[in-house]
Amino acid sequence: MSGRAGTWVLRGYVLLVFAFVFAPIVMSLIFSFNADRFPTIPLGGFTTHWYATIFADDGFWRAARNSLVVSACTCILATALGFCTAYSDYRYRFRGQGAYLGIILLPPTIPLIIMALAMLAWFSRVGISGQVYSVVLAHTVLTAPFAMAIIRLRLERMDASLEAAAWNLGASEWRAMREVILPFCRPAILSSLFLTAAISFDEFTVAWFVSGLNKTLPVHVLEIVQGTIDPQVNAIGTLVFLVSMTLVVLAQLMIFFRIQRSAP
Amino acid sequence: MSEPLVVLDGVEKRFGDFTAVRRADLTIDEGEFVAIMGPSGCGKTTTLRMLAGLETPSAGEIRIGGRSMNDVPPHARDTPMVWQSLALFPFLTVRENVEFGLKMRGIAAAARKARALDWLDRLEIGDFANRIVDTLSGGQRQRVALARSLVTEPRILLLDEPLSALDAHLVIRMQGVLTRLQRELGIAFVYVTHSHSEAFAMADRVVIMSRGEIAQVGAPRAIYRAPANRFVAEFVGRNTILTGTVEGAALRTPIGTFALPAPATDGATAHLVLAADILHIARAADPAARNAVEARLISEEFVGSIVTLFLEAADGTEFKVQMQERALTGLDLHAGGRFHLTWATDDAHLLPEVPA
Repeated sequence: MSGRAGTWVLRGYVLLVFAFVFAPIVMSLIFSFNADRFPTIPLGGFTTHWYATIFADDGFWRAARNSLVVSACTCILATALGFCTAYSDYRYRFRGQGAYLGIILLPPTIPLIIMALAMLAWFSRVGISGQVYSVVLAHTVLTAPFAMAIIRLRLERMDASLEAAAWNLGASEWRAMREVILPFCRPAILSSLFLTAAISFDEFTVAWFVSGLNKTLPVHVLEIVQGTIDPQVNAIGTLVFLVSMTLVVLAQLMIFFRIQRSAP
Repeated sequence: MSEPLVVLDGVEKRFGDFTAVRRADLTIDEGEFVAIMGPSGCGKTTTLRMLAGLETPSAGEIRIGGRSMNDVPPHARDTPMVWQSLALFPFLTVRENVEFGLKMRGIAAAARKARALDWLDRLEIGDFANRIVDTLSGGQRQRVALARSLVTEPRILLLDEPLSALDAHLVIRMQGVLTRLQRELGIAFVYVTHSHSEAFAMADRVVIMSRGEIAQVGAPRAIYRAPANRFVAEFVGRNTILTGTVEGAALRTPIGTFALPAPATDGATAHLVLAADILHIARAADPAARNAVEARLISEEFVGSIVTLFLEAADGTEFKVQMQERALTGLDLHAGGRFHLTWATDDAHLLPEVPA
């Protein structure tokens, strides 16, 4: 096989992989504008009826508002927590540091369904289940490890003398934190905010268990799908996908491109 | 007479079982350029970090301007440092980097901008004021680091191997910049380095450290000509060291008996230091010479007009001979060739006896 043919095979393969990943999402997008009630080919006419339906539905708006509040609160809490753990791991050497790191990074390794059950059991016992803030708490636990990882990686790239240089020039520890550590970590902090918001925004399992009547969007979608086939879900799915993708892409941009300050 | 600017009084630093600095006593005067030199791990950087307050002495006291510094945190001292890595703030412009120390002291934006620009001009990098530091060359970044440390007009500047990352020709240039600045400002520089060419070229006084202890303190010339002990003699230059037993006014060694330049205890073990530039090399033996050794040429090293010859005597003692390249003509140098080395008794240096 010549190199040229090999290249084309490889390209075709990559294309197929992308098609496989994105086909369901694209289908959902297409059917959200399809006039027929059932997702069959050939397609019916073009319509924005399903969007009109969801925009007219109070349940959708409540769920959307819950999702936005939850992801906004989660991203701030998780990033703050992630920053603190990343900084403490970077700055200090202490007994049990390995265990400390292990516990911090544990949540993503626990199966979601187990996590969700445990959260529900614990929250109901202490009487904080079924609220919007219950979902915030649960999502903070889930997403803080990602925040920690992103910020820890950034700190790894910091000149070890940078903080001491700030003290040396007259900055107290708090001042150095504000003037040097936080600005240095800014790209990672922004990236972490977007990423944790994105994870929280479309997280279903844990939210379904702990949200009670305060449904988030993914929970709302499931409830519509149960029993009926309703193209509304395609419309909601498309919107959720757009929001999450935007957040993830922003997070990626923060990670890969340093924000260059333009010279005044 | 007031106390010197900096006093280290029996300062010690231990990290667990490891003693990084052992009972250091040292004073630094106002406006003095002091270089602390030694191989890596000798405690020189730890000493500097204790001056900056980044390490706390395990014992002893550091005083700056007559005030005990042991409990003063780094940010409350006025001991700016030029870091080996420079440690410039990558998210700030050149001017903002220089302004940092002034900002921490609560100086108004307009005033600190003016002072920062002033210092940038003084160090000839005013054109880069609004650039991000990453876009500057090594030499330019060096100047930014200097400006950032000097802008608060301290009485003392600490420098931790600041030139180690630069090209050789830039090192020479920055040495000029540093010595000129130090003279003009009249402030004390404490310069840590492992390079004796940097230390000897710039410092008024050199402190040589070895394994956590101060091995010798003195003017560069004095240290070069009269090393206090074997470590210094081996560290500071191309010295040949002959070890033997004192017999009257002579030293008996396996390769001959040589005259001592100073009196020593009969029967004691003594070390004679021969600097590379006091040795005279010739093809033929000189019967009149008081001190002569025959040695075999091993290798030679050219550095511009200066040549160092490495020779080996019958018992394996290595002799280093340094001379002008043009003085070599007619010597017929080739590896393995036999030569006669001679020196004047008074040019040699007898190491002080170490109390048993």
